[in-house]
Amino acid sequence: MSALLDVGIVCGRAAFVIMFVLNLGGLLGWVERKQSAVMQDRIGANRAAIFGFRVLGLFHPLADALKLLTKEDFRPARADRFLFALAPFVSVFFALVAFASIPFGDTLRVGEREIPLQAVTLNVGILYVFGMLSLGVYGVMMAGWASANNYALLGGQRAAALMISSEIAIGASIMGVIMIYGSLNMQDIVRGQGQLLFGWLPAWGIVTQPLAFVIFVTAGIAATKRAPFDTPESESEIIGYFVEYSGMKAGMFMMSDFLETVVIAGMTTALFLGGWQVPWLLADGFHFPGGAALPLPHLAVVGLQLGAFVVKVCLMIFVLMLIRWTLPRFRYDQAMRLGWLGLFPLSVLNIVLTGAVLLLIGGRGP
Amino acid sequence: MRLGQRFYLAEAVQGVVVTAGHFFRNMGQHIAHALGRKSARGAVTIQYPEERRPYSPRLRSLHRLVRREDGSPRCVACMMCETVCPARCIYIVAAEHPNPDIEKMPERFDIDLGKCVFCGYCVEACPEDAIRMDTGILEFSSYSRRGMIYTKEMLLSLEPVGPDGRPASPVPIPANRTV
Repeated sequence: MSALLDVGIVCGRAAFVIMFVLNLGGLLGWVERKQSAVMQDRIGANRAAIFGFRVLGLFHPLADALKLLTKEDFRPARADRFLFALAPFVSVFFALVAFASIPFGDTLRVGEREIPLQAVTLNVGILYVFGMLSLGVYGVMMAGWASANNYALLGGQRAAALMISSEIAIGASIMGVIMIYGSLNMQDIVRGQGQLLFGWLPAWGIVTQPLAFVIFVTAGIAATKRAPFDTPESESEIIGYFVEYSGMKAGMFMMSDFLETVVIAGMTTALFLGGWQVPWLLADGFHFPGGAALPLPHLAVVGLQLGAFVVKVCLMIFVLMLIRWTLPRFRYDQAMRLGWLGLFPLSVLNIVLTGAVLLLIGGRGP
Repeated sequence: MRLGQRFYLAEAVQGVVVTAGHFFRNMGQHIAHALGRKSARGAVTIQYPEERRPYSPRLRSLHRLVRREDGSPRCVACMMCETVCPARCIYIVAAEHPNPDIEKMPERFDIDLGKCVFCGYCVEACPEDAIRMDTGILEFSSYSRRGMIYTKEMLLSLEPVGPDGRPASPVPIPANRTV
Protein backbone atom coordinates (compact mmCIF):
# COMPACT_ATOMS: atom_id res chain seq x y z
CA MET A 1 0.00 0.00 0.00
CA SER A 2 2.74 2.39 0.97
CA ALA A 3 4.73 1.46 -2.11
CA LEU A 4 1.67 2.08 -4.25
CA LEU A 5 1.26 5.50 -2.65
CA ASP A 6 4.89 6.28 -3.33
CA VAL A 7 4.46 5.40 -6.98
CA GLY A 8 1.35 7.54 -7.08
CA ILE A 9 3.18 10.50 -5.59
CA VAL A 10 6.04 10.18 -8.07
CA CYS A 11 3.55 9.99 -10.93
CA GLY A 12 1.70 12.97 -9.51
CA ARG A 13 4.86 15.07 -9.38
CA ALA A 14 5.72 14.14 -12.95
CA ALA A 15 2.14 14.78 -14.06
CA PHE A 16 2.13 18.21 -12.42
CA VAL A 17 5.31 19.24 -14.23
CA ILE A 18 4.24 17.86 -17.59
CA MET A 19 0.80 19.48 -17.32
CA PHE A 20 2.34 22.76 -16.22
CA VAL A 21 4.79 22.83 -19.11
CA LEU A 22 2.39 21.50 -21.74
CA ASN A 23 -0.48 23.80 -20.84
CA LEU A 24 1.76 26.82 -20.50
CA GLY A 25 3.39 25.94 -23.82
CA GLY A 26 0.00 25.57 -25.48
CA LEU A 27 -1.16 28.83 -24.01
CA LEU A 28 1.93 30.64 -25.25
CA GLY A 29 0.50 30.66 -28.77
CA TRP A 30 -2.31 32.79 -27.42
CA VAL A 31 0.01 34.85 -25.24
CA GLU A 32 2.26 35.56 -28.18
CA ARG A 33 -0.60 36.74 -30.39
CA LYS A 34 -2.31 38.81 -27.74
CA GLN A 35 0.79 40.29 -26.15
CA SER A 36 2.26 41.30 -29.49
CA ALA A 37 -1.10 42.79 -30.44
CA VAL A 38 -1.32 44.91 -27.30
CA MET A 39 2.30 46.00 -27.73
CA GLN A 40 1.52 47.12 -31.29
CA ASP A 41 -1.79 48.90 -30.51
CA ARG A 42 -3.78 46.07 -32.05
CA ILE A 43 -6.41 43.74 -30.64
CA GLY A 44 -5.18 40.37 -31.81
CA ALA A 45 -6.95 37.18 -32.74
CA ASN A 46 -10.42 37.27 -31.21
CA ARG A 47 -12.75 35.57 -33.67
CA ALA A 48 -12.74 31.91 -32.62
CA ALA A 49 -15.92 31.38 -30.65
CA ILE A 50 -17.82 28.53 -29.05
CA PHE A 51 -21.57 29.23 -28.79
CA GLY A 52 -20.86 32.89 -29.36
CA PHE A 53 -18.38 33.14 -26.50
CA ARG A 54 -15.02 34.51 -27.52
CA VAL A 55 -13.24 34.70 -24.14
CA LEU A 56 -10.48 37.06 -25.35
CA GLY A 57 -9.62 34.72 -28.19
CA LEU A 58 -8.64 31.89 -25.87
CA PHE A 59 -10.20 29.36 -28.25
CA HIS A 60 -7.67 30.20 -30.92
CA PRO A 61 -5.01 27.72 -29.69
CA LEU A 62 -7.75 25.08 -29.80
CA ALA A 63 -8.74 26.10 -33.31
CA ASP A 64 -5.09 26.12 -34.37
CA ALA A 65 -4.57 22.61 -33.01
CA LEU A 66 -7.70 21.36 -34.78
CA LYS A 67 -6.57 22.95 -38.02
CA LEU A 68 -3.07 21.49 -37.76
CA LEU A 69 -4.41 18.03 -36.93
CA THR A 70 -6.74 17.97 -39.92
CA LYS A 71 -4.25 19.26 -42.46
CA GLU A 72 -2.44 17.07 -44.95
CA ASP A 73 0.68 15.48 -43.52
CA PHE A 74 2.97 15.95 -46.48
CA ARG A 75 6.33 14.24 -46.96
CA PRO A 76 8.64 15.16 -49.82
CA ALA A 77 9.43 12.31 -52.22
CA ARG A 78 13.16 12.27 -51.53
CA ALA A 79 12.90 12.80 -47.78
CA ASP A 80 14.23 10.18 -45.38
CA ARG A 81 10.99 8.55 -44.30
CA PHE A 82 12.03 7.52 -40.79
CA LEU A 83 14.07 10.54 -39.73
CA PHE A 84 11.56 12.93 -41.24
CA ALA A 85 8.83 11.50 -39.02
CA LEU A 86 11.09 11.20 -35.98
CA ALA A 87 12.50 14.74 -35.95
CA PRO A 88 9.51 16.68 -34.54
CA PHE A 89 9.04 14.08 -31.81
CA VAL A 90 12.68 14.33 -30.75
CA SER A 91 12.36 18.10 -30.70
CA VAL A 92 9.24 18.14 -28.54
CA PHE A 93 10.31 15.27 -26.29
CA PHE A 94 13.52 16.86 -25.07
CA ALA A 95 11.84 20.23 -24.63
CA LEU A 96 9.18 18.54 -22.49
CA VAL A 97 11.44 16.50 -20.25
CA ALA A 98 13.92 19.31 -19.67
CA PHE A 99 11.70 20.86 -17.00
CA ALA A 100 11.79 17.72 -14.86
CA SER A 101 14.56 18.68 -12.47
CA ILE A 102 13.49 22.29 -11.95
CA PRO A 103 12.04 22.50 -8.42
CA PHE A 104 8.61 24.14 -8.19
CA GLY A 105 8.41 24.12 -4.40
CA ASP A 106 10.15 23.17 -1.18
CA THR A 107 9.59 19.82 0.53
CA LEU A 108 5.93 19.21 1.27
CA ARG A 109 5.26 17.36 4.53
CA VAL A 110 2.04 15.38 4.75
CA GLY A 111 2.00 13.38 7.96
CA GLU A 112 5.16 11.27 8.05
CA ARG A 113 5.78 11.65 4.36
CA GLU A 114 8.15 14.16 2.82
CA ILE A 115 7.42 14.98 -0.78
CA PRO A 116 10.04 16.98 -2.69
CA LEU A 117 8.19 19.29 -5.06
CA GLN A 118 10.28 18.48 -8.08
CA ALA A 119 9.54 15.88 -10.74
CA VAL A 120 12.99 14.28 -10.47
CA THR A 121 15.38 14.90 -7.59
CA LEU A 122 18.76 14.87 -9.26
CA ASN A 123 22.15 15.72 -7.80
CA VAL A 124 23.18 17.10 -11.16
CA GLY A 125 19.88 18.77 -12.00
CA ILE A 126 21.48 21.66 -13.84
CA LEU A 127 23.47 19.37 -16.08
CA TYR A 128 20.32 17.40 -16.80
CA VAL A 129 18.28 20.44 -17.91
CA PHE A 130 21.24 21.68 -19.84
CA GLY A 131 21.76 18.32 -21.55
CA MET A 132 18.10 17.94 -22.49
CA LEU A 133 18.05 21.46 -23.92
CA SER A 134 21.02 20.74 -26.15
CA LEU A 135 19.67 17.33 -27.17
CA GLY A 136 16.61 19.15 -28.50
CA VAL A 137 18.68 20.53 -31.34
CA TYR A 138 19.10 17.00 -32.71
CA GLY A 139 15.46 17.05 -33.74
CA VAL A 140 16.06 20.28 -35.61
CA MET A 141 19.18 18.97 -37.32
CA MET A 142 17.38 15.75 -38.21
CA ALA A 143 14.57 17.75 -39.75
CA GLY A 144 17.08 19.73 -41.76
CA TRP A 145 18.86 16.63 -43.04
CA ALA A 146 15.83 14.43 -43.62
CA SER A 147 13.82 16.99 -45.59
CA ALA A 148 16.02 16.70 -48.69
CA ASN A 149 15.76 20.45 -49.07
CA ASN A 150 18.75 22.76 -49.15
CA TYR A 151 16.98 25.52 -47.27
CA ALA A 152 15.96 23.11 -44.55
CA LEU A 153 19.53 21.83 -44.39
CA LEU A 154 20.80 25.39 -44.09
CA GLY A 155 18.32 26.02 -41.30
CA GLY A 156 19.33 22.86 -39.45
CA GLN A 157 22.99 23.73 -39.79
CA ARG A 158 22.34 27.24 -38.50
CA ALA A 159 20.37 25.82 -35.59
CA ALA A 160 23.27 23.56 -34.68
CA ALA A 161 25.79 26.40 -34.89
CA LEU A 162 23.57 28.70 -32.87
CA MET A 163 22.96 26.00 -30.29
CA ILE A 164 26.67 25.38 -29.79
CA SER A 165 27.50 29.06 -29.44
CA SER A 166 24.62 29.71 -27.05
CA GLU A 167 25.02 26.56 -24.97
CA ILE A 168 28.64 27.42 -24.25
CA ALA A 169 27.61 30.83 -22.98
CA ILE A 170 24.77 29.29 -20.93
CA GLY A 171 27.08 26.71 -19.39
CA ALA A 172 29.78 29.22 -18.59
CA SER A 173 27.32 31.73 -17.11
CA ILE A 174 25.80 29.05 -14.89
CA MET A 175 29.31 28.32 -13.53
CA GLY A 176 29.20 31.52 -11.47
CA VAL A 177 25.90 30.52 -9.90
CA ILE A 178 27.21 27.05 -9.11
CA MET A 179 30.33 28.54 -7.52
CA ILE A 180 28.28 30.80 -5.26
CA TYR A 181 25.68 28.28 -4.12
CA GLY A 182 28.10 25.36 -4.22
CA SER A 183 25.85 22.75 -5.75
CA LEU A 184 24.67 21.28 -9.03
CA ASN A 185 21.39 20.29 -7.42
CA MET A 186 18.78 22.84 -8.44
CA GLN A 187 16.86 22.41 -5.18
CA ASP A 188 20.02 23.28 -3.22
CA ILE A 189 20.63 26.31 -5.44
CA VAL A 190 17.09 27.56 -4.84
CA ARG A 191 17.42 26.95 -1.09
CA GLY A 192 20.69 28.89 -1.11
CA GLN A 193 18.86 31.86 -2.63
CA GLY A 194 16.66 32.05 0.47
CA GLN A 195 19.46 33.55 2.52
CA LEU A 196 19.65 37.27 3.11
CA LEU A 197 22.44 39.65 2.14
CA PHE A 198 23.12 42.49 4.57
CA GLY A 199 20.21 41.21 6.63
CA TRP A 200 17.48 42.38 4.22
CA LEU A 201 18.29 41.63 0.58
CA PRO A 202 17.31 38.14 -0.63
CA ALA A 203 20.43 36.51 -2.10
CA TRP A 204 18.76 35.72 -5.41
CA GLY A 205 20.98 34.89 -8.34
CA ILE A 206 20.09 38.15 -10.08
CA VAL A 207 21.59 40.03 -7.10
CA THR A 208 24.71 37.93 -6.63
CA GLN A 209 25.28 37.26 -10.35
CA PRO A 210 23.85 40.16 -12.38
CA LEU A 211 26.25 39.71 -15.28
CA ALA A 212 25.54 35.98 -15.46
CA PHE A 213 21.82 36.80 -15.49
CA VAL A 214 22.15 39.00 -18.56
CA ILE A 215 24.34 36.45 -20.33
CA PHE A 216 22.06 33.59 -19.41
CA VAL A 217 18.88 35.30 -20.61
CA THR A 218 20.53 36.37 -23.86
CA ALA A 219 21.93 32.91 -24.55
CA GLY A 220 18.66 31.38 -23.35
CA ILE A 221 16.72 33.29 -25.98
CA ALA A 222 19.24 32.01 -28.51
CA ALA A 223 18.66 28.46 -27.24
CA THR A 224 14.92 28.80 -27.86
CA LYS A 225 15.65 29.76 -31.49
CA ARG A 226 13.18 32.64 -31.32
CA ALA A 227 13.63 36.26 -32.39
CA PRO A 228 16.02 38.05 -32.16
CA PHE A 229 17.96 34.79 -32.58
CA ASP A 230 15.70 33.06 -35.07
CA THR A 231 18.46 32.62 -37.65
CA PRO A 232 17.61 28.90 -38.05
CA GLU A 233 14.15 29.98 -39.08
CA SER A 234 14.82 33.26 -40.89
CA GLU A 235 11.31 33.38 -42.31
CA SER A 236 12.16 36.00 -44.89
CA GLU A 237 15.27 34.24 -46.22
CA ILE A 238 15.48 30.48 -45.79
CA ILE A 239 12.14 29.74 -44.08
CA GLY A 240 13.95 27.33 -41.84
CA TYR A 241 14.54 23.71 -40.95
CA PHE A 242 10.80 22.96 -40.94
CA VAL A 243 10.16 24.27 -44.45
CA GLU A 244 9.01 20.83 -45.67
CA TYR A 245 6.81 20.09 -42.67
CA SER A 246 3.07 20.55 -42.61
CA GLY A 247 0.19 19.76 -40.34
CA MET A 248 0.79 18.76 -36.77
CA LYS A 249 4.48 18.01 -37.38
CA ALA A 250 5.08 21.67 -38.16
CA GLY A 251 2.90 22.42 -35.15
CA MET A 252 5.18 20.29 -33.00
CA PHE A 253 8.21 22.31 -34.03
CA MET A 254 6.37 25.50 -33.11
CA MET A 255 5.30 23.82 -29.89
CA SER A 256 8.86 22.85 -29.02
CA ASP A 257 9.94 26.47 -29.42
CA PHE A 258 7.25 27.48 -26.93
CA LEU A 259 8.17 24.64 -24.58
CA GLU A 260 11.81 25.70 -24.70
CA THR A 261 10.69 29.22 -23.81
CA VAL A 262 8.94 27.79 -20.76
CA VAL A 263 12.04 25.77 -19.85
CA ILE A 264 14.33 28.79 -20.19
CA ALA A 265 11.90 30.85 -18.11
CA GLY A 266 11.82 28.08 -15.48
CA MET A 267 15.60 27.79 -15.46
CA THR A 268 16.04 31.56 -15.16
CA THR A 269 13.55 31.54 -12.31
CA ALA A 270 15.28 28.71 -10.50
CA LEU A 271 18.81 30.01 -10.96
CA PHE A 272 18.42 33.77 -10.81
CA LEU A 273 14.99 34.75 -9.50
CA GLY A 274 15.01 32.61 -6.37
CA GLY A 275 12.89 29.75 -7.72
CA TRP A 276 10.00 29.16 -5.35
CA GLN A 277 11.42 31.56 -2.73
CA VAL A 278 9.15 34.34 -1.53
CA PRO A 279 11.22 37.19 -0.03
CA TRP A 280 11.55 36.80 3.75
CA LEU A 281 9.29 33.73 3.83
CA LEU A 282 10.89 30.94 5.84
CA ALA A 283 9.52 27.49 6.56
CA ASP A 284 7.42 28.76 9.49
CA GLY A 285 6.19 32.05 8.08
CA PHE A 286 7.33 35.54 7.18
CA HIS A 287 10.30 37.10 8.96
CA PHE A 288 10.52 40.69 7.78
CA PRO A 289 13.85 42.54 8.09
CA GLY A 290 12.44 45.03 10.60
CA GLY A 291 11.93 42.19 13.06
CA ALA A 292 8.22 41.72 12.44
CA ALA A 293 7.10 38.14 11.89
CA LEU A 294 3.99 36.50 10.54
CA PRO A 295 3.74 32.79 11.33
CA LEU A 296 2.00 30.67 8.70
CA PRO A 297 0.97 26.98 8.62
CA HIS A 298 3.07 24.61 6.54
CA LEU A 299 0.53 24.19 3.75
CA ALA A 300 0.10 27.96 3.34
CA VAL A 301 3.85 28.39 3.07
CA VAL A 302 4.12 25.67 0.43
CA GLY A 303 1.15 27.11 -1.44
CA LEU A 304 2.69 30.59 -1.41
CA GLN A 305 5.97 29.22 -2.67
CA LEU A 306 4.27 27.26 -5.43
CA GLY A 307 2.37 30.38 -6.43
CA ALA A 308 5.55 32.44 -6.36
CA PHE A 309 7.25 29.99 -8.70
CA VAL A 310 4.38 30.05 -11.19
CA VAL A 311 4.17 33.85 -11.06
CA LYS A 312 7.91 34.20 -11.59
CA VAL A 313 7.89 31.81 -14.55
CA CYS A 314 4.99 33.68 -16.13
CA LEU A 315 6.72 37.00 -15.55
CA MET A 316 9.89 35.68 -17.15
CA ILE A 317 7.91 34.40 -20.13
CA PHE A 318 6.37 37.86 -20.42
CA VAL A 319 9.84 39.41 -20.51
CA LEU A 320 11.05 36.88 -23.10
CA MET A 321 7.99 37.63 -25.26
CA LEU A 322 8.60 41.36 -24.82
CA ILE A 323 12.13 40.95 -26.12
CA ARG A 324 10.98 38.66 -28.91
CA TRP A 325 8.48 41.27 -30.18
CA THR A 326 10.84 44.21 -29.77
CA LEU A 327 14.15 43.33 -31.35
CA PRO A 328 14.77 42.54 -35.01
CA ARG A 329 16.62 39.40 -36.00
CA PHE A 330 20.38 39.26 -35.79
CA ARG A 331 22.12 38.38 -39.01
CA TYR A 332 23.70 34.93 -38.89
CA ASP A 333 27.25 36.27 -38.55
CA GLN A 334 26.10 38.78 -35.93
CA ALA A 335 24.53 36.01 -33.86
CA MET A 336 27.74 33.97 -34.10
CA ARG A 337 29.88 36.99 -33.24
CA LEU A 338 27.68 37.78 -30.26
CA GLY A 339 27.84 34.20 -29.03
CA TRP A 340 31.55 33.58 -29.43
CA LEU A 341 33.09 37.05 -29.05
CA GLY A 342 30.54 38.61 -26.73
CA LEU A 343 28.78 36.23 -24.42
CA PHE A 344 31.45 33.56 -24.05
CA PRO A 345 34.35 35.85 -23.00
CA LEU A 346 31.98 37.78 -20.75
CA SER A 347 30.87 34.63 -18.99
CA VAL A 348 34.50 33.55 -18.54
CA LEU A 349 35.17 37.00 -17.08
CA ASN A 350 32.20 36.45 -14.79
CA ILE A 351 33.68 33.17 -13.57
CA VAL A 352 37.01 34.86 -12.84
CA LEU A 353 35.35 37.77 -11.05
CA THR A 354 33.14 35.47 -9.01
CA GLY A 355 36.11 33.35 -8.05
CA ALA A 356 38.13 36.41 -7.02
CA VAL A 357 35.29 37.79 -4.90
CA LEU A 358 34.69 34.42 -3.26
CA LEU A 359 38.40 34.16 -2.50
CA LEU A 360 38.41 37.65 -0.98
CA ILE A 361 35.40 37.17 1.30
CA GLY A 362 36.61 33.67 2.13
CA GLY A 363 35.01 30.43 1.17
CA ARG A 364 31.54 30.04 -0.28
CA GLY A 365 29.20 32.94 -0.76
CA PRO A 366 26.33 34.09 1.44
CA MET B 1 28.16 54.10 -33.99
CA ARG B 2 28.41 55.35 -30.47
CA LEU B 3 29.91 53.07 -27.87
CA GLY B 4 26.52 52.44 -26.26
CA GLN B 5 25.10 51.39 -29.60
CA ARG B 6 28.00 49.04 -30.20
CA PHE B 7 27.24 47.20 -26.99
CA TYR B 8 23.61 46.89 -28.11
CA LEU B 9 22.38 45.95 -24.65
CA ALA B 10 21.48 49.53 -23.67
CA GLU B 11 19.77 50.04 -27.02
CA ALA B 12 17.87 46.78 -26.63
CA VAL B 13 16.72 47.85 -23.18
CA GLN B 14 15.54 51.19 -24.59
CA GLY B 15 13.56 49.36 -27.25
CA VAL B 16 12.00 47.06 -24.67
CA VAL B 17 11.06 50.13 -22.61
CA VAL B 18 9.22 51.59 -25.61
CA THR B 19 7.29 48.40 -26.38
CA ALA B 20 6.59 47.71 -22.71
CA GLY B 21 5.29 51.27 -22.39
CA HIS B 22 2.87 50.61 -25.23
CA PHE B 23 1.87 47.32 -23.64
CA PHE B 24 1.06 48.71 -20.23
CA ARG B 25 -0.64 51.86 -21.53
CA ASN B 26 -2.84 49.81 -23.87
CA MET B 27 -3.51 47.22 -21.17
CA GLY B 28 -4.69 50.00 -18.84
CA GLN B 29 -7.00 51.30 -21.57
CA HIS B 30 -8.36 47.81 -22.24
CA ILE B 31 -9.06 47.28 -18.54
CA ALA B 32 -10.73 50.68 -18.21
CA HIS B 33 -12.84 49.81 -21.26
CA ALA B 34 -13.82 46.47 -19.75
CA LEU B 35 -14.74 48.18 -16.48
CA GLY B 36 -17.18 50.47 -18.22
CA ARG B 37 -15.28 53.54 -19.48
CA LYS B 38 -16.23 53.02 -23.12
CA SER B 39 -14.23 56.00 -24.37
CA ALA B 40 -10.99 54.23 -23.40
CA ARG B 41 -9.52 52.48 -26.41
CA GLY B 42 -6.39 50.35 -26.14
CA ALA B 43 -6.11 49.67 -29.85
CA VAL B 44 -6.59 51.51 -33.10
CA THR B 45 -8.22 48.44 -34.65
CA ILE B 46 -11.49 48.86 -36.54
CA GLN B 47 -13.26 45.51 -36.18
CA TYR B 48 -14.22 45.39 -39.80
CA PRO B 49 -17.46 43.62 -40.53
CA GLU B 50 -19.09 45.12 -37.43
CA GLU B 51 -17.31 48.47 -37.50
CA ARG B 52 -16.43 50.42 -40.58
CA ARG B 53 -14.37 53.42 -41.31
CA PRO B 54 -16.81 56.03 -42.70
CA TYR B 55 -16.45 56.20 -46.46
CA SER B 56 -15.78 59.42 -48.30
CA PRO B 57 -18.82 60.80 -50.15
CA ARG B 58 -16.68 60.79 -53.30
CA LEU B 59 -16.20 57.03 -53.05
CA ARG B 60 -16.98 55.13 -56.25
CA SER B 61 -18.68 51.98 -55.05
CA LEU B 62 -21.10 49.51 -56.65
CA HIS B 63 -23.23 51.06 -59.41
CA ARG B 64 -26.97 51.50 -59.23
CA LEU B 65 -29.56 52.49 -61.82
CA VAL B 66 -31.65 55.47 -60.76
CA ARG B 67 -35.41 54.98 -60.94
CA ARG B 68 -38.15 57.30 -62.17
CA GLU B 69 -41.09 57.98 -59.86
CA ASP B 70 -42.99 55.08 -61.37
CA GLY B 71 -40.09 52.75 -60.67
CA SER B 72 -38.91 52.32 -64.26
CA PRO B 73 -35.27 53.06 -65.02
CA ARG B 74 -34.35 56.66 -65.81
CA CYS B 75 -31.95 55.29 -68.41
CA VAL B 76 -32.87 56.01 -72.02
CA ALA B 77 -30.44 53.49 -73.53
CA CYS B 78 -28.38 56.19 -75.28
CA MET B 79 -25.31 53.95 -75.09
CA MET B 80 -23.08 56.81 -73.85
CA CYS B 81 -21.85 54.83 -70.88
CA GLU B 82 -21.31 51.71 -72.94
CA THR B 83 -19.31 53.76 -75.43
CA VAL B 84 -17.17 55.60 -72.88
CA CYS B 85 -16.46 52.55 -70.73
CA PRO B 86 -12.73 51.80 -71.03
CA ALA B 87 -13.20 48.28 -69.70
CA ARG B 88 -16.15 47.58 -72.00
CA CYS B 89 -18.04 46.00 -69.15
CA ILE B 90 -21.49 47.53 -69.86
CA TYR B 91 -23.91 45.72 -72.18
CA ILE B 92 -27.16 47.44 -73.14
CA VAL B 93 -30.01 46.21 -75.31
CA ALA B 94 -32.41 49.05 -76.13
CA ALA B 95 -36.18 48.73 -76.47
CA GLU B 96 -39.11 50.94 -77.32
CA HIS B 97 -40.53 52.82 -74.34
CA PRO B 98 -44.36 52.66 -74.00
CA ASN B 99 -44.47 56.39 -73.27
CA PRO B 100 -44.17 58.26 -76.64
CA ASP B 101 -42.38 61.19 -74.89
CA ILE B 102 -39.51 58.91 -74.05
CA GLU B 103 -37.79 57.42 -77.00
CA LYS B 104 -36.03 54.35 -75.61
CA MET B 105 -35.48 52.29 -72.49
CA PRO B 106 -33.01 49.50 -71.72
CA GLU B 107 -34.30 46.01 -72.29
CA ARG B 108 -31.13 44.70 -70.74
CA PHE B 109 -28.52 46.61 -68.76
CA ASP B 110 -25.71 44.31 -67.59
CA ILE B 111 -22.50 45.39 -65.91
CA ASP B 112 -19.72 42.82 -65.71
CA LEU B 113 -18.14 43.84 -62.39
CA GLY B 114 -15.36 41.36 -62.99
CA LYS B 115 -14.18 43.67 -65.75
CA CYS B 116 -15.19 47.05 -64.30
CA VAL B 117 -12.29 49.27 -63.26
CA PHE B 118 -14.47 51.69 -61.23
CA CYS B 119 -13.28 54.72 -63.17
CA GLY B 120 -16.68 56.39 -62.93
CA TYR B 121 -16.72 57.50 -66.58
CA CYS B 122 -20.19 55.99 -67.03
CA VAL B 123 -21.51 58.26 -64.28
CA GLU B 124 -19.80 61.28 -65.89
CA ALA B 125 -21.04 60.43 -69.36
CA CYS B 126 -24.68 59.82 -68.49
CA PRO B 127 -26.89 62.71 -69.77
CA GLU B 128 -29.89 61.52 -67.71
CA ASP B 129 -28.16 61.03 -64.33
CA ALA B 130 -29.41 57.47 -64.61
CA ILE B 131 -26.35 55.63 -63.29
CA ARG B 132 -24.58 56.47 -60.06
CA MET B 133 -21.86 54.83 -57.98
CA ASP B 134 -23.08 55.84 -54.53
CA THR B 135 -24.36 52.61 -52.95
CA GLY B 136 -21.41 52.36 -50.56
CA ILE B 137 -21.26 48.63 -51.31
CA LEU B 138 -17.75 47.29 -51.76
CA GLU B 139 -18.15 43.67 -50.76
CA PHE B 140 -19.50 41.84 -53.77
CA SER B 141 -17.92 38.62 -54.75
CA SER B 142 -18.71 35.43 -56.56
CA TYR B 143 -17.34 31.97 -57.11
CA SER B 144 -17.44 32.46 -60.88
CA ARG B 145 -17.11 35.14 -63.55
CA ARG B 146 -20.72 34.60 -64.43
CA GLY B 147 -21.73 35.64 -60.93
CA MET B 148 -20.01 39.00 -61.31
CA ILE B 149 -22.45 40.08 -64.01
CA TYR B 150 -25.11 42.29 -62.43
CA THR B 151 -28.36 42.67 -64.37
CA LYS B 152 -30.74 45.58 -64.74
CA GLU B 153 -33.08 44.31 -62.03
CA MET B 154 -30.28 43.91 -59.51
CA LEU B 155 -28.88 47.36 -60.26
CA LEU B 156 -32.34 48.95 -60.07
CA SER B 157 -33.01 47.51 -56.61
CA LEU B 158 -30.03 49.27 -54.98
CA GLU B 159 -30.39 52.32 -52.75
CA PRO B 160 -27.90 55.16 -52.18
CA VAL B 161 -25.66 54.98 -49.14
CA GLY B 162 -27.32 55.90 -45.85
CA PRO B 163 -26.54 59.07 -43.88
CA ASP B 164 -24.41 57.00 -41.45
CA GLY B 165 -22.13 55.97 -44.30
CA ARG B 166 -23.41 52.41 -44.30
CA PRO B 167 -24.92 50.76 -47.38
CA ALA B 168 -28.70 51.06 -47.30
CA SER B 169 -29.41 47.98 -49.39
CA PRO B 170 -28.02 44.46 -49.06
CA VAL B 171 -25.53 43.18 -51.57
CA PRO B 172 -27.55 41.56 -54.37
CA ILE B 173 -25.83 38.22 -54.29
CA PRO B 174 -27.13 35.94 -57.02
CA ALA B 175 -29.37 33.30 -55.51
CA ASN B 176 -27.16 30.50 -56.73
CA ARG B 177 -23.67 31.62 -55.71
CA THR B 178 -21.93 29.01 -57.81
CA VAL B 179 -22.97 30.67 -61.08
